[in-house]
Amino acid sequence: MKTLLWGALPYIAVVLLVAGTVWRFRYDKFGWTTRSSQVYESKLLNVASPMFHYGILFVLVGHLMGLFVPESWTDGIGLDEHTYHLLSLYGGTAAGALAVLGILMLLVRRRTNAPVFRATTANDKVMYVFLLAAIVLGMWAKLANSTVSAGYDYRQTIAPWVRSLFTLQPDIDRMAGVPVLYQIHALVGLALIALVPFTRLIHMFSAPVQYLFRPYVVYRSRAEGQLGPRPDRRGWEESKL
Amino acid sequence: MRPMAQVAMVMNLDKCIGCHTCSVTCKQAWTNRSGMEYVWFNNVETRPGQGYPRRYEDQEKWRGGWELNKRGALKLKNGGRIKSLLTIFSNPKLPEIKDYYEPWTYDYKNLTDAPLGDDYPVAEPRSLIDGKPMKVEWSSNWDDNLGGATEYGDLDPMVEKVRRQAQQAAEKVKFAFEQTFMFYLPRICEHCLNPSCVSSCPSGAMYKRAEDGIVLVDQDGCRGWRKCVTGCPYKKVYFNHATGKAEKCTFCYPRVEVGLPTVCSETCVGRLRYLGVILYDADKVTRAASTKDEQALYEAQLGVFLDPEDPEVRRAAERAGIPYDWVEAARRSPVHALVSKYKVALPLHPEYRTMPMIWYIPPLSPVVDALTETGHNGEDADNLFGAIDTLRIPLEYLAEIFTAGDVAPVRSSLTKLAAMRAHMRAINLGERPDPSVAESVGMDGPQIEEMYRLLAIAKYEDRYVIPTAAVGDARRLEESAVPDTCSLDHVDGTGPTGDGPFGQDSGQKRLPLVTIENFHAARRRQTSDEEPDDVREQQ
Repeated sequence: MKTLLWGALPYIAVVLLVAGTVWRFRYDKFGWTTRSSQVYESKLLNVASPMFHYGILFVLVGHLMGLFVPESWTDGIGLDEHTYHLLSLYGGTAAGALAVLGILMLLVRRRTNAPVFRATTANDKVMYVFLLAAIVLGMWAKLANSTVSAGYDYRQTIAPWVRSLFTLQPDIDRMAGVPVLYQIHALVGLALIALVPFTRLIHMFSAPVQYLFRPYVVYRSRAEGQLGPRPDRRGWEESKL
Repeated sequence: MRPMAQVAMVMNLDKCIGCHTCSVTCKQAWTNRSGMEYVWFNNVETRPGQGYPRRYEDQEKWRGGWELNKRGALKLKNGGRIKSLLTIFSNPKLPEIKDYYEPWTYDYKNLTDAPLGDDYPVAEPRSLIDGKPMKVEWSSNWDDNLGGATEYGDLDPMVEKVRRQAQQAAEKVKFAFEQTFMFYLPRICEHCLNPSCVSSCPSGAMYKRAEDGIVLVDQDGCRGWRKCVTGCPYKKVYFNHATGKAEKCTFCYPRVEVGLPTVCSETCVGRLRYLGVILYDADKVTRAASTKDEQALYEAQLGVFLDPEDPEVRRAAERAGIPYDWVEAARRSPVHALVSKYKVALPLHPEYRTMPMIWYIPPLSPVVDALTETGHNGEDADNLFGAIDTLRIPLEYLAEIFTAGDVAPVRSSLTKLAAMRAHMRAINLGERPDPSVAESVGMDGPQIEEMYRLLAIAKYEDRYVIPTAAVGDARRLEESAVPDTCSLDHVDGTGPTGDGPFGQDSGQKRLPLVTIENFHAARRRQTSDEEPDDVREQQ
């Protein structure tokens, strides 16, 4: 069971993420969009959406820091565990609170605004369950296992496990003593990662950074073969003999 | 010089009767789909009026188009690239559907399914957005024919501007029924030379086609950031709320590519739309759009256009890869004639600095009507010239729409139209036209008659001069049934005997080789009363 949860599931999630994204890119570029509901309702969205997105971006940065910066490195620059704990407690809670508040407002808006609710698909609802669960569980795990003086040091257990995944030698035993809330949070997080390519969350991969570097006006020529008869289907080309 | 070709349109507002046929046919062709119910790629507004979406011309609110920054360089009015990315999680300046109008249908089923009762069943309006019963309160042309103008007319942003500048509140543009002038303004995407929608698109999914200047949205590239909707000052990019992608007028490119006019032009009852090629210098666009004085933008844009009669321009166009018959089409282009030669057509809101390419001939009719109503001869040149100036209201209002408030170009255009009426009136009455009338507007008799032919006779082939997309490809397109091989060959290659492996009609036959030209020639031959020349010569 432990092997399945901490040795196999992460890889399944990543494979689903990568393969799903490639599949989506090849077969569903037309469906690759934010599916914004702003034209229905703008006032609440203008507050809640930036709140949630900036919150979740800071949360992401926090996760990257916590999981991928080894404790020895922060020790090396003179940042002891207590200081780091305070940083992660206050910074993380602030970012998390922003994200939670944002997503709660968005959910209320989605449920109470009739046009927005009507445009909500089953896919969206499943996604919201996992997204909300992941965020709330993460906050809960952190706060339930922390006091101002000390907190659960996941950088001794969870972080090395995550890093060991990348060397293809998962250190399953590290996850043995982890508080159960952290464990559930990690599992829901993995599910969320697997869900990304199959839901509207896919829009996170089209962050338009290239906009900063391109000329304003884009010119394009008509695609080759766009005019005239369609090319023969593969396998049905005319013989040249 | 870097010449590029652009298919452009001119609309003669004098002839628009506001029948909305263009809107309806466009809707049927392009936007009668779910998610696009509220969208009109082509709409006809009554002016003065709020337009569609409501008050879209108020750029202080909607932040569309360009402005100059402190250094005098162009900058998107809604903010630069970094601001655009920072505000990507919501678009604070996005119009909601209710700013356009909430689309609806009727509950027709109730007419047949209602239980027996004392009252006749009715088909209630139901919102297409949330499916609930709704009160119909606004639509794309709710203020058609000045409906409600006494109450809502003041909300027209251009009326506000005229009043502000004249500083004579309520005096200048009156909405008392008998004193109000009005005209119709059909609008499509402007397919600008300096499109702010394309420039606002973070994904780079919007583009201007290099061959013909048509601005399109790549539906596979659009990610639904909605920045283009804000970027376009004409609010002619729409958000499809079913697919989550931006859509806009395509200038009917599948039709234009094969030499057919757009649907709105083809079906225009008043035959007021002109389509043609304009050559312009792509190197000059940015500088022209950065012209400091807003009122000089019209002249600046004229300076960007190239004269296809100039041999230098023709050589440069050839070097730039513009096909020969596009240059020829540019020479015959009615758009070029109305815009650059006669200078009667004006751009819509040049002050947005997008260099729009749908131009308008301002309407003289409100002036003529006003004259006729007061018992004067509405077609007499002196009366008309005088009236154009005394009826300040239309002139200043038109100037706000077409020339950023500069009355001179509007006046010049209207006097040319007035001179044309006077000149042609004399001819129709068998009098000698007074040459001083033509001279007074800087034209001569033959020129005026030429313009009259284009504006009043307006033959189909004069109005639409559209070169097809693939001249180089033309032969292959015409004979597309058999691209490379002998027409008599079957797929199984039994050669020119004509029979398949199992006799006649066996095997897979190809379509007979008929070029389009031959088809038309054959039809002409078969349906004409006289023997064509070439047949007679052969006999």
